[in-house]
Amino acid sequence: MAITYEPIATTTLSSAAASVTFSTISGAYTDLVLVCNIAQAASNNSLRIRYNSDTGSNYSFTNLSGDGSTASSGRDSNLTSGLVANTSGSTSLELVVIAHIQNYSNATTYKTHIGRGNRAASATDATVGLWRSTAAITTIDLAMGSTFPSNNFASGSTFTLYGIKAA
Amino acid sequence: MNILGIIASSKLAAAGDFESIATVTVGSGGASDVTFSSIPATYSHLQIRGMAKDSNSTTQQLRFQINTDTGNNYAYHQLYGTGSSVSAGAAASQALISNAYAVALNNVTSVFGVSIIDILDYANTNKYKTVRSLHGTDVNGTDGYVGITSGLWQSTSAITSIKFYLTGGANFAQYSTFALYGIKGA
Repeated sequence: MAITYEPIATTTLSSAAASVTFSTISGAYTDLVLVCNIAQAASNNSLRIRYNSDTGSNYSFTNLSGDGSTASSGRDSNLTSGLVANTSGSTSLELVVIAHIQNYSNATTYKTHIGRGNRAASATDATVGLWRSTAAITTIDLAMGSTFPSNNFASGSTFTLYGIKAA
Repeated sequence: MNILGIIASSKLAAAGDFESIATVTVGSGGASDVTFSSIPATYSHLQIRGMAKDSNSTTQQLRFQINTDTGNNYAYHQLYGTGSSVSAGAAASQALISNAYAVALNNVTSVFGVSIIDILDYANTNKYKTVRSLHGTDVNGTDGYVGITSGLWQSTSAITSIKFYLTGGANFAQYSTFALYGIKGA
């Protein structure tokens, strides 16, 4: 039986880093799944994403979050990087993110990612993000901060990219 | 840190743990529904990964029925955000499970809504079937929605078919895609 869901690449940071890049992503899969366990060097920031090194104002998002007392929803548009999850909170290894990028290699549609950010100590959220490009995704850059990047990932953060093949 | 190229991992999942069962991509003429039938009972769980667009320019909801059951045997709860507000809803004794706005409007160029739906113990004949999903659409500030849904089908029958369709008699637009996967237990 052919493997349908497999790891493409993974990394564990041995020291703080401003960004993590998955490059030369093949078009052999249907969907991508990004799994991160993140520590950050400063609090009150966000996990950001860029595709194919695009720094243009081509990203937007809508999210939903709850912090234990308040539920809220936000949206922003024409950004220079996408939002994967909000990550305000401590600098411990507490943020777990699973994000899905569907039909990432088709050259017809804009690309939408959707995922969940989980911070047991502070909040939980769901985010859907749009990259307004029909290009196949071949590179993913991840960073922390309201800008790209403005904080480091701390040592010990892990990142794995999986591929899923449809029939 | 740059991860150069594709790094093969030594931790590959065992072959066949997560298998592709079937995929439907809507053609140029659109489609009134997308149906998976003759689903084998050889897995523990199912996952459907959808990307959908509406043929109309008015907001429609993605819905699905199981085993062609059109009776009022479904219920669901939803929590969702629109970018400015948060809402929760529920419905009992329904003829469908709503996945709400997991579909983009036809007049929004190149944007598709997405959904990931998990159906646990779908072939178990001793319990009702519970569904969970994560779904959303973002349209660069002009529209946006993200939500989670739990759904119940009050039947102990094994699930053998799933039909997706849209409210308002709308069709799925070209390139809408639904992929069905089976997840095996130990």
